[in-house]
Amino acid sequence: MADIARSFNDLNFLDHLSTGNSFLHRLDPRVKLLTVMGFIFAVVSFPRYEISSLLPFFFFPAVMIPLANIPVRYLMRKYLFLLPFAVLIGIFNPIFDREPFAFIGPLAVSGGMISFLSILIRFTLTILAAFILVAVTGFNGICLALKRFKVPEVFCVQLMMLYRYIFVLSSEAVKMARARELRSFGRKGQGIKPYVSLIGHLLLRTWDRARRVHTAMLSRGFHGKFYMRRPLALKASDVIFCLAWLFLFIVFRLYDIPAVIGEILTGAVA
Amino acid sequence: MSHHIVELKNLTYVYPDGTTGICDASVRITHGESVAIIGPNGAGKSTLLLHLNGFLWPSSGSVRIGDAPLTKETIRDVRRTVGMVFQDPDDQLFMPTIHDDVAFGPYNLGLPNEEVEERVNSALSRMGIMHLKDKPPYRLSAGEKRRAAIATVLSMMPDILVMDEPSTGLDPFGRRQLIGILKEFTHTKIIATHDLDLVADLCERAIIIHDGRIKADGPTADIFRDEALLHECGLEKPFSMQSCPICSPVPKP
Amino acid sequence: MHMADALISPAVGGAMWAVSAGLIGYCSKKVKEDLDERKVPLMGVMGAFIFAAQMINFTIPATGSSGHLGGGLILAILLGPYAAFLVISSVLVVQALFFADGGLLALGCNIFNLGFFPAFVAYPLIYKKIVKDSASPGRILTGSLLAAIIGLQLGAFGVVLETLCSGITSLPFTTFVALMQPIHLGIGIVEGLVTAAVVSFVWKANPEILDLKASTAPSPIMHARQVAIVLLVAAAFTGGFVSWFASEHPDGLEWAIEKVTGKEELENAYNIQDALAQLQEKSAFLPDYSLKVSEAAAAQPGQDQDPRLGTSVSGIVGGFFTLCLAVLVGFALKKRSAGSW
Ligand SMILES: Nc1ncnc2c1ncn2[C@@H]1O[C@H](COP(=O)(O)OP(=O)(O)OP(=O)(O)O)[C@@H](O)[C@H]1O
Ligand SMILES: [Mg+2]
Repeated sequence: MADIARSFNDLNFLDHLSTGNSFLHRLDPRVKLLTVMGFIFAVVSFPRYEISSLLPFFFFPAVMIPLANIPVRYLMRKYLFLLPFAVLIGIFNPIFDREPFAFIGPLAVSGGMISFLSILIRFTLTILAAFILVAVTGFNGICLALKRFKVPEVFCVQLMMLYRYIFVLSSEAVKMARARELRSFGRKGQGIKPYVSLIGHLLLRTWDRARRVHTAMLSRGFHGKFYMRRPLALKASDVIFCLAWLFLFIVFRLYDIPAVIGEILTGAVA
Repeated sequence: MSHHIVELKNLTYVYPDGTTGICDASVRITHGESVAIIGPNGAGKSTLLLHLNGFLWPSSGSVRIGDAPLTKETIRDVRRTVGMVFQDPDDQLFMPTIHDDVAFGPYNLGLPNEEVEERVNSALSRMGIMHLKDKPPYRLSAGEKRRAAIATVLSMMPDILVMDEPSTGLDPFGRRQLIGILKEFTHTKIIATHDLDLVADLCERAIIIHDGRIKADGPTADIFRDEALLHECGLEKPFSMQSCPICSPVPKP
Repeated sequence: MHMADALISPAVGGAMWAVSAGLIGYCSKKVKEDLDERKVPLMGVMGAFIFAAQMINFTIPATGSSGHLGGGLILAILLGPYAAFLVISSVLVVQALFFADGGLLALGCNIFNLGFFPAFVAYPLIYKKIVKDSASPGRILTGSLLAAIIGLQLGAFGVVLETLCSGITSLPFTTFVALMQPIHLGIGIVEGLVTAAVVSFVWKANPEILDLKASTAPSPIMHARQVAIVLLVAAAFTGGFVSWFASEHPDGLEWAIEKVTGKEELENAYNIQDALAQLQEKSAFLPDYSLKVSEAAAAQPGQDQDPRLGTSVSGIVGGFFTLCLAVLVGFALKKRSAGSW
């Protein structure tokens, strides 16, 4: 129960962030989508044992999070919640890959440890990027961008409606689950029978609602087409934003900047 | 469709699970009338209204809107004529923002952009929610949603306005505003509601439904005076017609 | 299980994106052609339903752990394959964006694993074949159970292949398969049982719901099979190509970059390093920490692995410095934005 309410609130909050009005929020959704995809693409393109070259990519979240006014504490909470999952998918590497790969002084580090760390870093960077994208673009912005990128209208429209009705149906689900909670004592009542009846009823109600929504659309002359105001127009700032970041990502991808810095600082000559 | 007559003939509707929603109802409403549909919970008010835009099809009997009977062929035109405000505003607000929702109908009518904007602005300001224009529907209060849902229908400028409990969730001021708007609307109005004061204020004719059947149909004033009938149908006189037990002595014959 | 960006390579992610995008295009066209416009709001609202349903858990008997509905199969049963595929994709999009369940690049993989198999294999080739037009609780149960199990087994196998092709994990194939398939057998059984129970419930309460799709979608089985074959071939081909690519060129992109930029690039890099070498002699403030460069590394600085052995400490120092800088930039911007916005 606490779980349902939590994920629902989470969604709500992230949605709320996207209504902000920072410089980043005002950018064209398309360039934000492109930038973030470029970021993720660059991050995951490194080979398995890469660590240092990944680190400069932290500049992206470091710049975007404060500019977008995303509360760091909220992100941290979300991140820590997901961290066990990252550990789970990476933990096999140190187990199966024990070859020494590098030495820190006398200390041998196995390839598995390195790639494990690399996975954690990738994980952190990619999920931060996804959250940043939603927080500064909003879901409908992303849908608009998709539509502009020639994603079929049918798909975009039902995506938008899905998002709209998540809020209605989730709160319905939360209420129903609460009722179940109140009337079930301990584990009893959380079993499969009441669950099926709960889900079944939710489904029937959803079905009726879908029909009513459709009637409401027909009553207003719906004939398969969706019109939306908000014509998107690229501004110079949009283009500069996108190109500047993509350029940086390419530089980060091609040059191992931390290694260079490290060499300067430690005096190790290649 | 010049006359905008609404006519139900021996309308019966049985839900798929066997519940009878409405039974043998016959009503004729002519142009410009303002009719209230009243009755306790589960009486069949919503069921009746949902036949007026083809959401439900009669199990037996017929529905006529304007010149033509309601069929699959005429349904498109009928839906354009009948503006329906659903009981649950969430059914009616399906677009990402209130603006898009209110503009949805006018765009579908093929109106040019400027006129769409004009209609949207006028509907929003009449409902007093201009400031909510860019908000998504799920971020509104219940009453605000209700206003927005009504605005989506007003922007269509329908010939017949059908509303299912339009005043629920509105604050007293909003309710006043709504009554004002409905008074301005000179075409046919059909309103299902529990708000009997609104009925007394707005509708010259009232239809009482009880257990799926039409129990009474006549001038509102007459119906509200018939205490036995009201009592039988589980209704109470509107406050405005009840005499105050404190300041005026109980009128006793 | 959702795949994460962290385990995926751009080649695999990109290829699966292309496959899934193609499928979305195809299904959208199909839904539009059927012209059952009732489906568009229905699809959206049903997607929201799956979302809401996934928030509710139940206790799995005898285990004490809790499960929830996956939803792929039930969507296919209620909406037919094309609409269902679109809805599953949308649910995955929202999950990727809002809950970091699977990543944006891994979305193509996830859509394929969790959408294609239930909608185009499990439903038309198994469920439909068993239930046919004469639904009964027994048939619904057998059909759902088998369909869910097979759909999830295929999906899990997809996860294994795509992950291994990406080459980020060190899990050996056999271990990975031995891990994934049994887990998904369990998940499949639960999913099948729940799906059957909910479908039967709905079927009893309102049989019309199950008819809607039957009456509107003109039996998609034939098309579905064609699509299935084409896509399986495509997937096998992509998978084969990608794994070859991955084994030939352990670092695909690196290889590609070299191809594109050629020698010049590398020479430039050396020039820069020479310049930096001079610079660092003057500026190095941590010279004592320079590591013991192993003999081999010193001898062959051009090799892939060796310089890394040599530079690991400077790498750590440099990395630390980079991170600190990033954090500092973040704080500075935070201060500024707190003031001005
Ligand atoms: N989807 C449905 N399936 C089966 N029965 C239904 C359904 N909807 C309504 N009913 C039944 O039909 C009858 C009439 O319901 P209706 O919704 O028309 O009542 P109402 O007068 O609008 O009540 P309220 O004042 O509560 O809105 C009730 O007995 C109700 O239980
Ligand atoms: Mg009602």
